[in-house]
Parts: sequence; C-alpha cells; structure tokens
Amino acid sequence: MEKGNASALSAPRARLLPRLPLPRSLTGYVGRGLFRFLLTMQGLGAFTLITLGVMISRFGAARQVMRPRVFQEISRAGLRLLPMFLFISAALGLVVIGQTVSWLTRVGAINYLGTVMVVVVVRELGPLVAALLVLARIGTANVIELGTARAMGEVEALEALGIDPVHYLVVPRVVGMALGVFALTVYLILGALLSGYLWAFLQDVPLRPGDYFHQLAAALSGLDFALLAIKAVAFGSIIALVTCYHGLAQPLRLEEVSRATVAAVAQSIVACVLLDALFIIIYLAT
Amino acid sequence: MTDHPTVRAGVPAIEMTGVAVSALRDPDTTVAEGINWTVNAGDYWVVAGPHGSGKSDFLMLTGGLMAPRQGQYRFLGEEMPIFEESRLKERLRLGLVFDGGQLFNHLTVAENVALPLRYHHNLSQTDVTTAISELLECTELAPWGQSMPGTLGRGWQKRAGLARALALKPEVLLVDDPLAGLDPRQVHWCLGFLDQLSKGHSLTAGRPVTLVVTTADFRPWKCHARQFAVLRNRGFVVLGAWEQLERASEDMERELLTERAQTE
Repeated sequence: MEKGNASALSAPRARLLPRLPLPRSLTGYVGRGLFRFLLTMQGLGAFTLITLGVMISRFGAARQVMRPRVFQEISRAGLRLLPMFLFISAALGLVVIGQTVSWLTRVGAINYLGTVMVVVVVRELGPLVAALLVLARIGTANVIELGTARAMGEVEALEALGIDPVHYLVVPRVVGMALGVFALTVYLILGALLSGYLWAFLQDVPLRPGDYFHQLAAALSGLDFALLAIKAVAFGSIIALVTCYHGLAQPLRLEEVSRATVAAVAQSIVACVLLDALFIIIYLAT
Repeated sequence: MTDHPTVRAGVPAIEMTGVAVSALRDPDTTVAEGINWTVNAGDYWVVAGPHGSGKSDFLMLTGGLMAPRQGQYRFLGEEMPIFEESRLKERLRLGLVFDGGQLFNHLTVAENVALPLRYHHNLSQTDVTTAISELLECTELAPWGQSMPGTLGRGWQKRAGLARALALKPEVLLVDDPLAGLDPRQVHWCLGFLDQLSKGHSLTAGRPVTLVVTTADFRPWKCHARQFAVLRNRGFVVLGAWEQLERASEDMERELLTERAQTE
C-alpha cells in the first residue's frame, strides 16, 4: 500500500506480534524476540533513510516555516535544559573527584587527577549522561507529542495539505536534538571539570589550578575533540530518530502511545550504549 | 496568493474506474469496491452512507492520502495519489476538510490556517496576515484567531479546518461529514457557505469550487447539492439529482432520507 512518508512506515506485521499466543518453548520465545528486533531494525533503518533523504532533498525548502521550527527545537532540547545540566555537571564533578581523590591520594598518584577527569568525564560519562538526560526530558515528550498527533489524525492532515510530515515534524527534531546534545555535552564537561577542581580544592588536595589544567591539556588529544563531537551529534540523532519513529510510525490509537514511549526509551538507551561501546573500541584501537 | 491553472476543458475533476477502497487504519480491509465515478468541474456531490460504510476512507482516498486497492483514480487527469514533489502543484488543487477539523494542537487557529500558505510559498506569519484575516472573517473565526484549537468547540474546529483547506484556494474541495454534531445555526451557516463556494466565493477569487461532501443524512442537502450517491453493501451507487434520489426504492436510500439516519 503506497502512502505518504510517515504512514508508509507502519509495520502491520510488527503490530500483529503482540496478538499472537505465548510461545510454547524457549526457542520460540527467543525466535519471536529476534523476529521483533529485526522488524524494528528494518523499520528504524527505513525511517532513518527516509529522514536523511528528506533532509537532503528538501534542504532550504519552506525556510520561513522550518527555521523557527528548528530554533524552537534547539531551544527545547538545548537551551532550556541548561540549568539542569549545570546542576548535574556540578554533581558529576563531585562524584568523580570525590571518589578519585581518596583513592589517588592513597596510592600517591594525585598527579593523574586531570587524566582521570579526561578519561571518565570527557570521553565517557559526559556525552552519555547528556544523551540520557535529553532522552528523559525531551525524547519521551517527542514520542508522546508525535504519537498523539498521529492518533489524532494530524499526520494525515499534513499530508492532505501537501506538507511532508517527516520534513515538518521529524527534521527539526533531529537537527535540534543533535545540536542540543552536542552543546549540552560541552557545557556538562566544562562544568564537571571546573566543579571537579572546586571539590578537589575543598578536599585540600595540593594541586594548583595551573597544574590541574596542564594535566587536562596533556591528557587531551585532537582525536578526543573530534570523537566527542561525533559522539554527541550521533547520540542526539539516534535519540531523535528512535523517538520520532516510535511516535510517528507505530501508534495508530491513543492507547498505544504509552507502549511506544516505553519501547522508544529502551531502544534509545540500548542504541546509545552500543554506539558508546563502538567508540571505546575506536579509542582502544588508536 | 495561489494562482492555479483552471480545469482543462473536457477533463473530469475526478475520475474513478473500478476503484477499491481500503480502510485508512487497516490497509488489509476493503470497505468499498467496483467504484466507477466521474465528477465534472463545478459539480456539487453528496455521498451518503450509514455509520461504518467507509465514507471517511472513501474521502481519504479521493483526497489522495492512500492509493486505490484496485482500479484507477485520476484527479484532473493526473494519476492519484500524488506524493512526488514534482507533481505537488497538481495535488494542491484539491482541498480536504476532515470530520473533526484535525487541527494542529501546537499551533493557534490563525497559525493553523496560515501553515499551508506559509509552507508552500515560504512566507512569514506577518506576510500572510491579510489573507488569513480574510479567511477568519469569512468563517466567523476572527475572535478565536489566537486561541488554541483545544479551547474551541467541535463546530468551530470544523470551520477552522475548512478555512485551512481553503487557504490554498483549491479547485476541488472534499468535506467529510460537515454537518455531524452541529447545532441548527451552524448547519445553516455551513450549508450557506458551501453554496457560496459552489457558486463562487471571494475567497476563491469568484471561481466556483467543485464540491464533494459526505453525510449520514441526505435531507439537509435538498436544494443545496446537485448530485447524489450512496455507499452501501461495499459498493458505490450514483443516484443522480434529488428527484431521482426521492424515487429510489432501495431500503438504504429510504433510510438515509428518514429521521432514523440522524438519530443513529
């Protein structure tokens, strides 16, 4: 059945699965899980390709409508979350430094404080925590908003007006969340590094600010900046695509929105963690 | 603002041959089949059917939201549905008004009405102020321009949906059950407004609009619509003018002409 971009993504076979009777064997259970996973991957892959296609083919189209929509999403997934992120960055600095200082002091390796901060905060925790917080605050809202819009027939209304739902609803969210997660990751890391020194200072660690920042600079390489940027943008894009996919492509009725939200959050977390693991392999290989 | 080419002489506005309609929410279910139907420019059709007969699905297909399960559907000579960017201009010659208005809940009423104009002509909200004011005035929605759709009653939401569909000055307008749930005053306004559109309204630069309306009750459309059809037993029957409809002997047509149609 040919339909518009968003409607075409409904996977009737996937919707049939929950209605099937319980599997009678462990193999059947695993098989059904695998089948469901493959269907989801197929749907997500198609959705990602469609979104990419629309981003390229409609680049610059309807600028007067789309530009405010993109700014609105950047503000929603970035600027408005900044106060919460500053609080979390202070907490992250405390947690990492608080634990690290006590152990590094015991082994007399306090000179590695900056290195530990770079390895833990810059490379790992910063991007992942930023992505998970944006997922919790904005990703869930995405699924609910889009799922409700789909269930209320707003997607069909867009198609009837000749407006591509993927262009109008998904593209601003993907751009907004990719840039939002990137910017928040930078602020989170900067905040954590600064608050880290503050907590070290309060714990009477004999470390001057110059030495601390020298340690940080020595531990950082050009690759760190490049991978950090790619990682943050990739996390933001993944969260946006997974949440938009579950909001737009799946729920046809209002009661399906909550199930779609749960699935979107779980799959976003798994996808981000898997991508993070891939980046660890890249770090280890270089 | 929009300058469409006029309908080419001799080309029907809508032409369906052996069309089968599937349900929008369940593409595996056929709600009507074997539809042969021709709508000429300037026609004013009313398609009736009882609840669950597939009126909305039929209109969604006619509106180009889904492809026919079987058969061929041409709109102004163009194969439907149209999803390609290159043929979008043809598609925009057709307007579709949903049963519940289907307004975008994150936008105000004025922003809803302005969206198609702004999107297709790349205009800011201030650029379309005059056009939107005229649309809101004509539909008596001006006092609610800055309201969110959720704060409006059902009848006003339908009007806003109608105003939004008219923003691009379509040549053919499909309206899904416009009288459902309206009070007598709103019914009177709606019938009068559609009559004006059919004859030529200032909103469409005086050009008559070809109308297709669905309903569950034929009676209010007497003296308004000019052609009638019915969806029954998964089929589509063209009845002709009101006089032929009154002479119809089938139970379904009789039922759609009686009090029961409205109460069900």
